[in-house]
Amino acid sequence: QEVSVEVLGHLEHLALVDFRDSEGVERLQKAIQFADQLHEVNTDGMEPMDSVLEDRWCVYLREDDVTEGNCTKDLLENAREKVEEYFVAPPGNIPLPKLEERDTFLQSS
Amino acid sequence: AALKHGLCSQVSAALKEGRVTPTELCQRCLALIKSTKFLNAYITVAEETALKQAEESEERYKRGQPLGILDGIPIAVKDNFNTAGIETTCASNMLKGYISPYNATVVQKLLDQGAVLLGKTNLDEFAMGSGSTDGVFGPVRNPWSYSKQYKEKSVSKSHSEDEESNWVITGGSSGGSAAAVSSFTCFAALGSDTGGSTRNPAAHCGVVGLKPTYGLISRHGLIPLVNSMDVPGILTRCVDDAAVLLGSLAGHDPKDSTTVQDDFKPFELPNLTDVSKLSIGIPKEYHAPGLSSEILALWSKAADLFKNAGAKVVEVSLPHTRYSIVCYHVLCTAEVASNMARFDGLEYGHRSDKKESTESMYAATRREGFNDVVRGRILSGNYFLLKQNYEKYFVKAQKVRRLIANDFIKVFRSGVDILLTPTTLTDAAPYTEFIQEDNRTRSAQDDVLTQAANMAGLPAINVPTALSERGLPVGLQFIGRSFQEKQLLTVAKWFEKQVQFPMIQLEEVKRHDNVVFQHQKSASFS
Repeated sequence: QEVSVEVLGHLEHLALVDFRDSEGVERLQKAIQFADQLHEVNTDGMEPMDSVLEDRWCVYLREDDVTEGNCTKDLLENAREKVEEYFVAPPGNIPLPKLEERDTFLQSS
Repeated sequence: AALKHGLCSQVSAALKEGRVTPTELCQRCLALIKSTKFLNAYITVAEETALKQAEESEERYKRGQPLGILDGIPIAVKDNFNTAGIETTCASNMLKGYISPYNATVVQKLLDQGAVLLGKTNLDEFAMGSGSTDGVFGPVRNPWSYSKQYKEKSVSKSHSEDEESNWVITGGSSGGSAAAVSSFTCFAALGSDTGGSTRNPAAHCGVVGLKPTYGLISRHGLIPLVNSMDVPGILTRCVDDAAVLLGSLAGHDPKDSTTVQDDFKPFELPNLTDVSKLSIGIPKEYHAPGLSSEILALWSKAADLFKNAGAKVVEVSLPHTRYSIVCYHVLCTAEVASNMARFDGLEYGHRSDKKESTESMYAATRREGFNDVVRGRILSGNYFLLKQNYEKYFVKAQKVRRLIANDFIKVFRSGVDILLTPTTLTDAAPYTEFIQEDNRTRSAQDDVLTQAANMAGLPAINVPTALSERGLPVGLQFIGRSFQEKQLLTVAKWFEKQVQFPMIQLEEVKRHDNVVFQHQKSASFS
C-alpha cells in the first residue's frame, strides 16, 4: 500500500525534514517495503530487547551531586544567535503552515 | 624481558632509544598526509597542535618519563568524535565550522597517554553509508587504488586515465581512518562501528579493524547514530597494536552510563602456538547471496588452516542472520530519527536565515544541513515510530533483535569459541560502479556480514587475509564472545601470522627507516 499524503505531511511536520521530491517519497516506500520482511519472522513469546547489556544492570542512577558545570561561555561559543546568556530563537508557538499552505513537494502529488 | 610485539611497541622502543624523535615522526606523517592529499582521507589536519604535542612528548622522552607505549605515536580520529578546539563536522553541512568544546573520552584517553593527534578523518555524512562516498567533503580514495599490486592487475589503456577512473572505494563509513592507517600517515586511527563501519573499510583497505564489545569503550563524545549499537572502532596495521589501543581505551566511564562497571585489565597478546583446544564455528548463513567465489574460497582455506593446525572446526547455524539487516534498518532509522532531532540550529551547527517561526527555522536548517541519506533515514525512522506503526515495526524489530542475539548465545554455549566469517561480499568496487546504486541499497548489501555482531553487541575483528585477483585486499572476520577480546585478539593474531598479508607498495610513499615501519614477508596467503 502507498503511504497517504496526510501521513507524508504528518511525517514532514514531526521530523521537520521535508521529502524534497518524488525520490524522497519513493525512498520511504522502499524502506517500508524492506521493513515489511520483519513480519515473516515468528516472534511469539519474545520480549523486545532494549539493550544487549540488559543482564548486566549497568544502567544505574548516580548520586545527585554537582560535579561539573559553569561552562556557559563554552556552550554559547557555537551558537550563531545569542543575547547575553540566552540562545535566541525566532517566535515560537507558531505552527508550521498546514500541508495545503506549505511550500512542499507534497503539494503537487 | 618479554619481547614486545606490534608496530606501536617497536616505534615506542625507537623513541625511547632516541633512534627517532616524536617531532621527526610527526613531521614525516604530516608530510605524507600532504603528499597523499588526493586520497581525501583527512578533513582537518591539526598541524600546529600535533607538532606541539610532539614537542611535549619529546620533552618527556628526554627526561626519561614517557607516559606509555602511545607517547609520541601519531594517530588520527574519525570526524564524528568531538575534539576540543578542533572542528568536528561529521562530514555534514550541519556541523561545518563547529568547534568542539570538549574531547570525547576516547580522544582524551589517547591524549593523556601522549598520543599525537594528527587530524580528523573523512567519513560518510553522519556515519551513514558503506563507502565513505557520501560526505560533503567528497569521497575517500582507497590507497590500494595507487598500489603496484592493483595497477599491475588493471587492464591498462592510458596510464593517467586509469588512475582517474579506476580508483576504488575504501568502504565505510570509517573510510578516512582506514585509508589513513593503510597509507602510513598514522599508526592507528579511531573509527566508529554501528553496522560494520570499522570492519568494512578495514577489509577493503587491508588493515586490522576491531569492533569491541558494546559497553567496553566509552561513547561519550562520539556523535551518536544508534545508541544501542554504536561503538568506537580501532584501526591499526597489526593485531598487537589493536590490543595496545584497546588497553588504553577500554574501561568504565562515569560519563557514559552504558559502559559496564567491571574492571578492565589491559593485556598483552600471547603468542599462540597450540590451537588444538580451540573450536572455530563457521556459520553457514554467512555464505550470503552475492559472496564472491574468491572470498568463499579464502574463507574455506582459512577454515582448513585452523583444521590442519589441530583446531576443531564446525559448521554452525545462526538461523536469523538474513533478518539482521532488516531489523537493523528499522532500529537504526528509529534511533537516528531521535538522535538527529538535536540538530535544530539553535545551540550549534548550521542555522538557517529563516526567521518566521521556530519551527520553520528548524525545518529550513535541517533541509539545508542534512544530505538526502540522512533525511531519508530520519523520515523512515519517524514512520516506524508513528503510533500506528510502533508495535508493528519498532517493537517487532526489537523482538527480532533478541532472536538474533540468542542465535549467537546458543552457538557459543554449544562449545564454539570463535566464529570465522567473511567481512565483505567482494573486494573494493571502483567508485564509478559503487555510486550506481543508492546509499540505502548499498548499505543493505554491504552490511550483511558485519551487522549482526552489532545487533548482539559482540566483539568482532577484521584481519587482512590476502589479495584478490584484482590486487585488492580481502579480509576475514572473527566474532567472539562478549567481553572476551583477549581470546578474540589472540586467535586473530595467530591467524595474522599464518597468512602474512603483503605490505602495500605505494610509489608515492617514500619508505622510511626500517626501524619505523614493520616489514612483512612478501609471501602471501593466496
